[in-house]
Amino acid sequence: MSDTLMTIHLKVWRQDAPTQPGKFVQYTVPGVNPHMSFLEMFDLLNEQLSVKGDIPVEFDNDCREGICGSCSMVINGMPHGPQRGTAACQLHMRHFKDGDHIVVEPWRAAAFPMIRDLVVDRSSLDRIIAAGGYISTNTGAAPDANSLPVDKDDSDRAFDYAACIGCGACVAACPNASASLFTAAKVGHLALLPQGAPERKRRVINMVEQMEKEGFGDCSNHGECEAACPKEISISAIAMMRREYVKAVVGS
Amino acid sequence: MSQTPTHPKLDAKIPSGHISEKWTNFKSTAKLVNPNNKRKHTIIVVGTGLAGGSAAASLAELGYNVKAFCIQDSGRRAHSIAAQGGINAAKNYPNDGDSIWRLFYDTVKGGDYRAREGNVYRLAQISNNIIDQCVAQGVPFAREYSGLLGNRSFGGAQVSRTFYARGQTGQQLLLGAYQAMEKMVGAGKIQMYARHEMLDLVVADGKARGIIVRDLVTGEIERHAADAVLLCTGGYGNVYYLSTNAKNSNVTAAWRCFKRGAFFANPCFTQIHPTCIPVSGDYQSKLTLMSESLRNDGRVWVPKTIGDKRSPEQIPEAERDYYLERKYPSFGNLVPRDVASRNAKEQADGGKGVGETGMAVYLDFADSIRRLGDHTISERYGNLFQMYEKITGDDPYKVPMRIYPAVHYTMGGLWVDYHLMSTIPGLFVLGEANFSDHGANRLGASALMQGLADGYFVIPYTLGNYIANNTFPKVDESSEPFAATEAEARGRINQLLSVNGSRTVQDYHRSLGHIMWDYVGMGRTRDGLQHAITEIGKMREEYWQNLKIPGSPDTMNKSLEFAGRVADFMELGELMARDALQREESCGGHFREEYQTEEGEAKRDDENFSFAAAWEYQGEGTLPTMNKEPLTFEYVAPSQRSYK
Ligand SMILES: Cc1cc2nc3c(=O)[nH]c(=O)nc-3n(C[C@H](O)[C@H](O)[C@H](O)COP(=O)(O)OP(=O)(O)OC[C@H]3O[C@@H](n4cnc5c(N)ncnc54)[C@H](O)[C@@H]3O)c2cc1C
Ligand code: SF4
Ligand code: FES
Repeated sequence: MSDTLMTIHLKVWRQDAPTQPGKFVQYTVPGVNPHMSFLEMFDLLNEQLSVKGDIPVEFDNDCREGICGSCSMVINGMPHGPQRGTAACQLHMRHFKDGDHIVVEPWRAAAFPMIRDLVVDRSSLDRIIAAGGYISTNTGAAPDANSLPVDKDDSDRAFDYAACIGCGACVAACPNASASLFTAAKVGHLALLPQGAPERKRRVINMVEQMEKEGFGDCSNHGECEAACPKEISISAIAMMRREYVKAVVGS
Repeated sequence: MSQTPTHPKLDAKIPSGHISEKWTNFKSTAKLVNPNNKRKHTIIVVGTGLAGGSAAASLAELGYNVKAFCIQDSGRRAHSIAAQGGINAAKNYPNDGDSIWRLFYDTVKGGDYRAREGNVYRLAQISNNIIDQCVAQGVPFAREYSGLLGNRSFGGAQVSRTFYARGQTGQQLLLGAYQAMEKMVGAGKIQMYARHEMLDLVVADGKARGIIVRDLVTGEIERHAADAVLLCTGGYGNVYYLSTNAKNSNVTAAWRCFKRGAFFANPCFTQIHPTCIPVSGDYQSKLTLMSESLRNDGRVWVPKTIGDKRSPEQIPEAERDYYLERKYPSFGNLVPRDVASRNAKEQADGGKGVGETGMAVYLDFADSIRRLGDHTISERYGNLFQMYEKITGDDPYKVPMRIYPAVHYTMGGLWVDYHLMSTIPGLFVLGEANFSDHGANRLGASALMQGLADGYFVIPYTLGNYIANNTFPKVDESSEPFAATEAEARGRINQLLSVNGSRTVQDYHRSLGHIMWDYVGMGRTRDGLQHAITEIGKMREEYWQNLKIPGSPDTMNKSLEFAGRVADFMELGELMARDALQREESCGGHFREEYQTEEGEAKRDDENFSFAAAWEYQGEGTLPTMNKEPLTFEYVAPSQRSYK
């Protein structure tokens, strides 16, 4: 690995407020270390802007290790950038070359209203969970944890779905701006566990209805969501959600 | 030494009875709030991590009206999400001799006898209910082929009591709490205020009655009134700039409460975690933890010869020093964190560190891979290995990891009694933000346990008792205490913006971090601490004359947010140094180089320092004063901690 510093040319979406028009602005960032993360490169840009008295680029971030789901940048047309299974905060500059041009935009979807620059409002995802993405067990009411054995394979598959970080990249990647992968991941996680059985039908119906109410589009099997997902949630979740939904509607 | 606290407010309110009966005694005598009355009370919960999320959900289920606040855009993103390794409980499912008593004992000993026995015992008792609760919520803990739950070991314990969900335990536990919380949001019992930062506490007639917050999207300042305030705002490790904490982790909420009269206890007790990815350059914005669970199967070593710069595979077995296994044969690689960290520093300081910077040691999986195969190792640590490779570009299946200690957790925090109430009536503090259970060193997998114990199982009882025992004359958000507190919060923002100098917030934060790491880090000395106090003082002065914040206060503006937080970090950093200076002993994560045994281990002084140091704010420009809550050990006799 070489530590030679790079110069990166950025085209970044800037928008002061939802009510104001946005535009791309070009920046040249010298001094980029290949070991930096993509967000650290943005820190560097923001330091350079601040020192000049310009206003830094707002972008959501927190854990910087791919687990909180805060970071949300479309990098060269790909949500979270070109590396598979990687959130923007885990993408390192060693995957780019000196002199590269990179375009950075926010998540774009009707159900994710613009806030500022690269920051959008993803509270619609919370409302999908609030509509049914839980198992109702009031605190204190639980039986001994080992009183209900769970098949290891089911439990492992449930985990694969539960790994969703709620970032919304699947929505940003989808030509229809559908939240199907996100919703299906939660439906799948809870449907695979015996604890989730009592609310199984109601859950899927309510979550799917909420998803539609929020203005997310329909899924037409493009598969872009799976490719963009930093946790590599399998699109099989969506097929499972459809089956769950049909069973629930027919059975209810 | 006197057995009564030096300040009447420091009454820990430990219930009477044998230690195993205290919590039951409390619960059976605590006053209750009639179900119909609960809905007449509004409770503010600041923070939606494990502590805040579980508290908000549980209180809303009981019928209270809850207002929950967090900095991130969703309650699900709190820093707890990043916890990897696991959560302890005394279930004794593996039948290896665990019990509530043993978990209690290990935690008190692991904390180097600087925690309160009563609180720790309760924590151990509740630990089992937590696992039950989380499994019922659908948390996908690791399971065996039998369908039953699996366990692993963590540092400082000789039993396997840690429950885990691959390397994402914190995420799965937090999602459990978040989903329970969202359910109550859907039911209209919780009002969620995401992207809101608490700037101050409103105290009316001596009680905590509300908060002042800033809407981080519009910049608007808002007032919120309630009958009690629960502070669940996490730890302050980011005072070191580089830490394993998320970027938004901060001390501001706790610090502003300190300035309103809440005592701050043991601020110098910080945990430096032994297994993190080493610092690689100046641009670095945070450090990444590699879960301690890796020490179950990874072996720590350095070359035997000073300055041996060969690559690891070229160093033959006989020329490697597995120093933890050599020095601590009974715990080996699983010694507690403080011991493991200090030993790594000792190796690096002695010239045996590895990697480009020499500030690293190896954590080697070759033996385990040979014994168990790639598949098992990948099942246990797959995502950690992946994370390591993403960051460093090295594949740990092939070359040993390079690790080094990094700031990770803060045992200190706002002082609370057994009820989790601070010295301000009606202000409760939960999770990492309080100082309660871990003494001078926290054992791995115990923070998740504590956050959830506080939120799910302790606060529903102690808050009810407080509400039932007090009257709550209506306070109006337009009343004087709200107006005055808001004016002060606005004043601070305007003052920060008006400096208009030339140095950025991040630049100051980084410099503060250097001072803290060098002088208030793993090894502390009298001279170093005094130096830190002077340097921070100078920096604080410069800050208010040369800070530059671009942008305006009435939009989203992260520079402004961080400016307020860094100002508080500087004041806290100074207090940490003062606390470390007064504590003339070594205990747990607090290592004063002047106080060590001949073998270089921490030398406690129980005669003079068996107390919690609770600092009291005395006003701007006056030094805070230290009060003492003496610690008595009735059940676990303090001994020299030995992991040999
Ligand atoms: C990388 C890492 C790995 C870890 N692994 C483990 C492990 O395996 N096992 C274990 O037991 N422990 C582990 N820990 C420790 C543990 O994760 C934390 O101590 C614990 O999760 C803290 O929970 P909390 O609820 O107290 O606070 P947090 O989860 O930090 O939540 C704080 C909340 O407060 C909010 N907040 C803060 N300030 C304000 C403000 N001014 N206004 C409004 N809201 C505010 C935040 O938005 C957030 O919602 C780990 C820690 C780290 C850093
Ligand atoms: S499914 Fe994947 S892309 Fe969609 S929100 Fe979850 S983690 Fe993000
Ligand atoms: S910042 Fe947390 S996932 Fe990227």
